[in-house]
Amino acid sequence: MTALISSPLARHIIGRLGETCVVIVIMSFAVYGLIGLMPGDPIDLMISADPHLTSADAARLRAVYGLDRPIMERYGAWLTDALQGDFGYSRAFSQPVLDILTPHLGNSLILMGLSFVLAVAIALPAGMVAALNPRSRTDHLINLLSFAGISIPTFWLALLLIILFSVTLGWLPPGGIATVGVDTIGDRSRHLVLPVVTLTVTQIGAYARFMRAAMIETLRADFIRTARAKGANTRRIIIRHALRNALIPVVTILALSFGTLFSGALITETMFAYPGMGKLIFDSIMGNDFNLALAGLLFATLVTLLGNLGADLAYAWLDPRISYATRRKGP
Amino acid sequence: MTDLAASVRGVKGMQGVQALQVLRRLSRHRPAFYSLILLALFAALALLAPALAALTGLDPADVDLYQRLAPPSLGHILGTDELGRDVFLRLLYGGRVSLTVALAAAAASAIIGTAIGLAAGYFGGRTDSLLMRLTDGVIALPLLPLLIVLAAVDFSKLGLGGAFLDSDLASLYRIILIITLVGWTTVARLVRGAALSLREREFVLAASAQGASPLRIIVSHILPNAVTPIIVATTLSVGNIILFESVLSFLGLGIQPPVSSWGNMLSNAQELIWTAPGLSIWPGMAIFLTVIAFNFLGDGLQEAFDPKSTRD
Repeated sequence: MTALISSPLARHIIGRLGETCVVIVIMSFAVYGLIGLMPGDPIDLMISADPHLTSADAARLRAVYGLDRPIMERYGAWLTDALQGDFGYSRAFSQPVLDILTPHLGNSLILMGLSFVLAVAIALPAGMVAALNPRSRTDHLINLLSFAGISIPTFWLALLLIILFSVTLGWLPPGGIATVGVDTIGDRSRHLVLPVVTLTVTQIGAYARFMRAAMIETLRADFIRTARAKGANTRRIIIRHALRNALIPVVTILALSFGTLFSGALITETMFAYPGMGKLIFDSIMGNDFNLALAGLLFATLVTLLGNLGADLAYAWLDPRISYATRRKGP
Repeated sequence: MTDLAASVRGVKGMQGVQALQVLRRLSRHRPAFYSLILLALFAALALLAPALAALTGLDPADVDLYQRLAPPSLGHILGTDELGRDVFLRLLYGGRVSLTVALAAAAASAIIGTAIGLAAGYFGGRTDSLLMRLTDGVIALPLLPLLIVLAAVDFSKLGLGGAFLDSDLASLYRIILIITLVGWTTVARLVRGAALSLREREFVLAASAQGASPLRIIVSHILPNAVTPIIVATTLSVGNIILFESVLSFLGLGIQPPVSSWGNMLSNAQELIWTAPGLSIWPGMAIFLTVIAFNFLGDGLQEAFDPKSTRD
């Protein structure tokens, strides 16, 4: 056990986990403060729902819920509860926040996971093909499509797909997660098609360009020339030597794009009325559901940061030269 | 002293020649060249929008309920929307708003990003790692949910003045501000990279040996040589900023009606996809073309400044 903890990689992971925790705490405070600045507060909402409440009642309620205390004190109380797994109740759902978050998080992970895998599966080969035939027609075409994918507004793409496949052709449902009363795997998949396509298309372009750039950079390296000089066949050079090295920077950039993926998921889920985390966060902010908005935002951040952490570890697996025992100095 | 002045003039002359070369290389980059023409056209149309409105006697805010959802005609070349307003004119006025927001937010982001990048790259060490952690942190965050929270913040709770918040342009300033808060990262990273390598160069060492203060070295030696990455990164960030602005306006959190923007035109269109699907085409096309043009232009500039960079 001690050997495991004292290994450099384990120390590195523990350090990164610690960092992630610090970021989450900073974020939670920032978001807590921001949500306090949103229009209306819970008591205002109660007053608007019940005209019999007098201002004396409101003041008493504020004291009961502790809303008259300074922000640090309120935040401290919230943090203490949150650390014990109590994120409070959602106003709109009248349920504990965690009970609502979990299924939505699951739905989002299905959408984001499928789109991410699809986008990577299409983008990496495309980027490789482009890099292996620089300045060819194929390269130009892949480049054009990549730029189109990067530049198309997600919500407009969703709108166009709905107009084409749901309004005009009537092939696929325009939104939701399942037909009421049907709810089979096939039905769920039909509801997933358009959201997954939307989110995939908007990710492919960036990934393909990263891959192309990394591959071209690698193909210029000396060890590729050496391998060629030794007479290794092209296939072997590309797969054994170039690809593995090109993947290292690509994985880092993919990791940093989880945040973008989540932003894309928020738009996609909202457009297709898909009950995931993104739509939940958007609806809770719009509906003044403070507890839910706060927990949702923190969960989204946590998932993103854990994704980054995972990629950081994949990095070590891909590049055995990286040693966590001695940190390289310099830029 | 005169020698120094002459060499400074010499350097300036060099920069003139380089600028010409850059322009020539840029014109050879086909996508960037066409993008530049397209953007110039869009900018001209946006600038001329009031003149066009006066010329045709139409007003983008004129409601004409007898002409609701009219198909394209000579009077309304792109037809009319659900309130009988001219779609083409509304697009042009929307373009004024979207482009203003994009350019202002890009400029503000460039200033902040440059300051952070210069500080990180020049001072290095702890300053560098702290600032770059911050930059990576911001890049890795799910930005859209945060922007939505920021857009929903009630500024009067911060004790900000009422007259400003009530003005028509409040939503414009507000969106520029919040996009700037998250938009500076690309510039910061690229400028930091440039500053890191520049600070080791002889002319910087010479200046520092002569006792120049860090501020002076940064402003008069490093900054002028870091202009290239600043221009490239800023151009590339304009596209992203337009996407953020349009999605926030689409969600009802950015530019507020009656001021039209491409994003809020699409949110009207979304409600009408079953009756008038055509309304969704034009504003989205405008956003798409503008964003792709800025991205191609940024790519072209990057290559023109550094021909060896990404292409073989």
